[in-house]
Amino acid sequence: MISILSSILTVLCGFALAPLLLGVVNRTKAVFAGRKGQPLLQLYFDLTRLIGKGAVYSRTTSWVFRAGPIVGLAAIAIAMTLVPFGGSRGLVSFAGDFFFVAYLLGILRFLWVVAALDTGSSFEGMGASREVAFSALAEPALLLALTAVAWMTRSLSLSEMVGRLSWTLGPGVAPIAMVGCTLFVVFLAENARIPVDDPNTHLELTMIHEVMVLDHSGPDFAMIQYTAALKFWLLGAILIGVLLPLEGLPMIIRFLVSVAGMFTLAVLVGIVESTMARLRLLKVPQLLAGACALAIFALILVVR
Amino acid sequence: MREWIDLLMVLVAVTNLAILGVSRLRTCIRLSAIQGAMLGCLPLMVAPLESWTPLLLALVTIALKGWVLPALLERSLVEANVQREVQPFVGYNASILIGVIAIAASFWFNTRLPLPFDPPGTLMIPTAFFGVLVGLFILVSRKIALNQVIGYLVLENGIYTFGLVLMPHQTLMVELGILLDLFVGVFVMGIAIFQINREFDHIDADRMTGLRDWSDE
Repeated sequence: MISILSSILTVLCGFALAPLLLGVVNRTKAVFAGRKGQPLLQLYFDLTRLIGKGAVYSRTTSWVFRAGPIVGLAAIAIAMTLVPFGGSRGLVSFAGDFFFVAYLLGILRFLWVVAALDTGSSFEGMGASREVAFSALAEPALLLALTAVAWMTRSLSLSEMVGRLSWTLGPGVAPIAMVGCTLFVVFLAENARIPVDDPNTHLELTMIHEVMVLDHSGPDFAMIQYTAALKFWLLGAILIGVLLPLEGLPMIIRFLVSVAGMFTLAVLVGIVESTMARLRLLKVPQLLAGACALAIFALILVVR
Repeated sequence: MREWIDLLMVLVAVTNLAILGVSRLRTCIRLSAIQGAMLGCLPLMVAPLESWTPLLLALVTIALKGWVLPALLERSLVEANVQREVQPFVGYNASILIGVIAIAASFWFNTRLPLPFDPPGTLMIPTAFFGVLVGLFILVSRKIALNQVIGYLVLENGIYTFGLVLMPHQTLMVELGILLDLFVGVFVMGIAIFQINREFDHIDADRMTGLRDWSDE
């Protein structure tokens, strides 16, 4: 009973805190640039403002365009219930659910891409094509890394895999570090963060994610932004859960350390965004292929 | 100690992968220097520290592989005035893929070749094979002749690792072999780079078909 309660609480905490993480990223970037920066809660304000507005739909779009944001949010909400956070299990868990999470992310991406194509704008089609090209490489990296984790923990369910990895600082850390690197690259790529995509850019040559959602407005755009924030939280929770050895600590400490870990991750993303340039589009597959290679190497090391 | 040797081997293998995927010549040289320095520490971990020979070997290796050879390469990179890009015949992604296949193949080889004794680290032999394969691949797949030297260096690092597996058993032979290796390495590479630079106004391996005694041109 207590475990179910804590699962519900951690999932709700994810739904509530996810937009704050993006605020932390923006604040870190502002500090690096010497600006005061937008308020930490800016995304919450944006979301309430957008929900209050009406949506504009182009006459060329069909129901697919309207379904995109809704189904995307539904998919990510289901995925949120599967991913454990802060030492408690996921609300739902079954053997092989990490594949299910990966493909829920796939459904989300597919719906956004189809919605972008549905507008008939060549500009959005370009963004959709880039998004698909890069995530086609990010998805194997994610699955290979999770498979390595599954092998290390001898279980097929995210609730048993994430946060259950026991390791001590020392020689045995190599595969976990490699999986961590892979997951971090996937995290940056899937969330359209800097070495892959620049969330602030509004140049048609460089945009990937932003350009796909240009035609959404009002509540639809609010859903898309909230979904992006939840995706940030979800992949971050997996990354933090794999990297932090929390097995055996009391529940409340595990939870607090995990939340602190999430905010550290957000600061780290802000630092990466402030200190690195965006990679050339042609170089991005190379980065993702490198991440895949590291994951395969880790898998070979643990299976051996 | 075995686990630490294995960790070092993983790092060496990761530098190998990185050399395959990196597009800048200078970064390749730096990576090979890091790899050489890491492998220089290996004799200290493999052999018991009761004599001074492992220490000497480590110092010589680190000095040569970590400093002299990379410095030579960087100098010729500046002098040859070549493009800063690696210019591979096989693309970077395909190179990384081949690297991954090479890792898998090396681990498979390792299971097929049981040693008569226990190696100092379980990952030493696969990493040695991996280094040799990556070195051979770089030798054949890159355009600018400096890459061939880097490939040779990586290949040699693999052979060196393999030699160190035998170190606790055949100390003197292994040390002599390694020192000879290094000597020949410096010698060959120094001469090769110098000659290539003098004979051709470019070091493009693709266009070196005119390298013979007589010429029709």
